[in-house]
Amino acid sequence: MNSCQVLRDAPVRKVALFGGTHGNELSGVFLVKHWQEDGAEIQRPGLEARPFLANPRAVEKCCRYVDCDLNRVFDSENLGKELTGHVPYEVRRAQEINSLFGPKGQPEAYDLILDLHNTTANMGGTLILETSRDCFTLQMCHYIQDALWPDSCPVFLLEHPSLKYATTRSVAKHPVGIEVGPQPQGVLRADILGKMRKIVQHGLDFVQKFNAGQEFPPCTIEIYKIMEKVDYPRDKKNEITAVIHPNLQDRDWQPLNPGDPMFLTLEGKTIPYEGETTVYPTFVNEAAYYEKQQAFVTTVKEKLSAKGLKVS
Amino acid sequence: MEQGLKPPVMSHPQYLPSLRRVAVCGGTHGNEMSGVYLVKHWLQDPSELQRSTFQVTPFVGNPRAVEQCVRYIGRDLNRTFAPAFLNTKASDSDLYEIQRAQEINQIFGPKGSSQAYDFMFDLHNTTANMGSCLLVNSESNLLSMHMCNYIQKHCTVRHCPILFCQPPGEEANFTMSVAKNGLALELGPQPQGVARADQLAKMRSIMACALDFIELFNKGTLFPAFEIEAYKVVRRTDFPRYPNGEISAVIHPNLQDKDFQPLKPGDPVFQTFDGEDILDDSDDTFFPVFINEAAYYEKKTAFCKTKKGTFAQPAIQKGF
Ligand SMILES: [Zn+2]
Repeated sequence: MNSCQVLRDAPVRKVALFGGTHGNELSGVFLVKHWQEDGAEIQRPGLEARPFLANPRAVEKCCRYVDCDLNRVFDSENLGKELTGHVPYEVRRAQEINSLFGPKGQPEAYDLILDLHNTTANMGGTLILETSRDCFTLQMCHYIQDALWPDSCPVFLLEHPSLKYATTRSVAKHPVGIEVGPQPQGVLRADILGKMRKIVQHGLDFVQKFNAGQEFPPCTIEIYKIMEKVDYPRDKKNEITAVIHPNLQDRDWQPLNPGDPMFLTLEGKTIPYEGETTVYPTFVNEAAYYEKQQAFVTTVKEKLSAKGLKVS
Repeated sequence: MEQGLKPPVMSHPQYLPSLRRVAVCGGTHGNEMSGVYLVKHWLQDPSELQRSTFQVTPFVGNPRAVEQCVRYIGRDLNRTFAPAFLNTKASDSDLYEIQRAQEINQIFGPKGSSQAYDFMFDLHNTTANMGSCLLVNSESNLLSMHMCNYIQKHCTVRHCPILFCQPPGEEANFTMSVAKNGLALELGPQPQGVARADQLAKMRSIMACALDFIELFNKGTLFPAFEIEAYKVVRRTDFPRYPNGEISAVIHPNLQDKDFQPLKPGDPVFQTFDGEDILDDSDDTFFPVFINEAAYYEKKTAFCKTKKGTFAQPAIQKGF
């Protein structure tokens, strides 16, 4: 097959909008609650859009999670775990979600899940994909990027030989994460809310047009592909000894060249980036990743081609 | 105290005792990282805190909250230094912060007694765009007011507005109230759980400047009288809510990040999820602060309204 072919793909009828996968990322929490009261803005002919609060207990406590990160437990081990004895709340919840919107990998699963997140990093409105081989989501990203132009809308590809995420949205046939920042945890900003809302609108518009038979010609999009996680410098007791350098802070998606400042120790010493090639950092200084031993992740820019697309 | 003179004459300084023991608290709230990181660093290497005329003791206010990177475990430590909590016999069944407040009171107080530390700094962050805000109980805290004036004049950090944090008629129950004098730093914007290099550097410079002030004061420098601008909290404004208590609107984009800027009657303050503007319905101009502070959602505070005033302060000098 080559990229000039037009791919015939099944209609996307069952769509879910997840908010509160992380309970303190408030844009999605409040949008979903709002849509549950008044869903007019997410209704489109030819599809069912279901707003859903993924981790209600974490939302209630306004924390990321109660027992463990809901966005990392959608693997076969946790989804198949027997629910006896002490099972973390999020594992139980993952199984509920899997039965409501999955089962993951099965034909009955939802067609599309848009999972709404916030970050403390200056990532703007970012779309997150799990695979480079899904022409539907690539075309959707291309459509959203076009619609938002001249505002940028980076696409982050979580495809890596060893880093596996097992995200909540992965129960759907086409999973897409929407990550908007910067916004502190537990805070709701009107500008970030507006940005997220717009992305969702364009995403649903795309689905509606696709279902209605519009053909999307082959396209190429630029994506940032995950390379590696970079941890903070730490002492023997595992305490962080340096912070993100001011030159790197807020510079998500900007090139980081060999020798560029990366961290600043509390003694005032600059620690440079010592890689051999230019990378594009993202999730720079994300609050939730301190415990994951992660100061930022590096990415490389790549171009991906999507085949033409039309509903079958 | 040699305050027998209390001269009405402007040129005469008020004489205050020198400061011998100074404490610096970080992590009163465990997810406000500038103070947490600085105090942990100073516990390893206190050299930058050292001055010749007094002793400085850094400490972590709420170590358990710091460990879990949360604001508090059982209740807000920074509202726990009231007699009702300090003077009851602590038992293991008490909330952690009550026990911890009593410990802090034992080490650095007792609050209100002659054995208490002379000064306490308390290092905070806010998600609001408050710059490098200096929090003082009230304008009657003469020494703290002089310190603020000195910081505004000598510190390289710009925009250090003074905010009086003690609601009128209420007693001070903040951590710093254990010592005889206090100053809290409230730096933002910084998300909870995040340490930004820029905020860290600002907090550090202000601390260095404040300690320099104490050193000069202890050495007998006369600090002349001055007038200074400061903001006083007069009321809190909650988010609009649905009958079930859920927030029904967000801070209006025109108000977001506009801490310390005038808010006039009729200015938009909230925006509903349907895009409708909600206007300020007061009949006076206020200066809002703590706009969209994460920790205040549960305190039912979307922002605090302040009044700006000018406050005259007499000269001070160390008494002999
Ligand atoms: Zn998230």
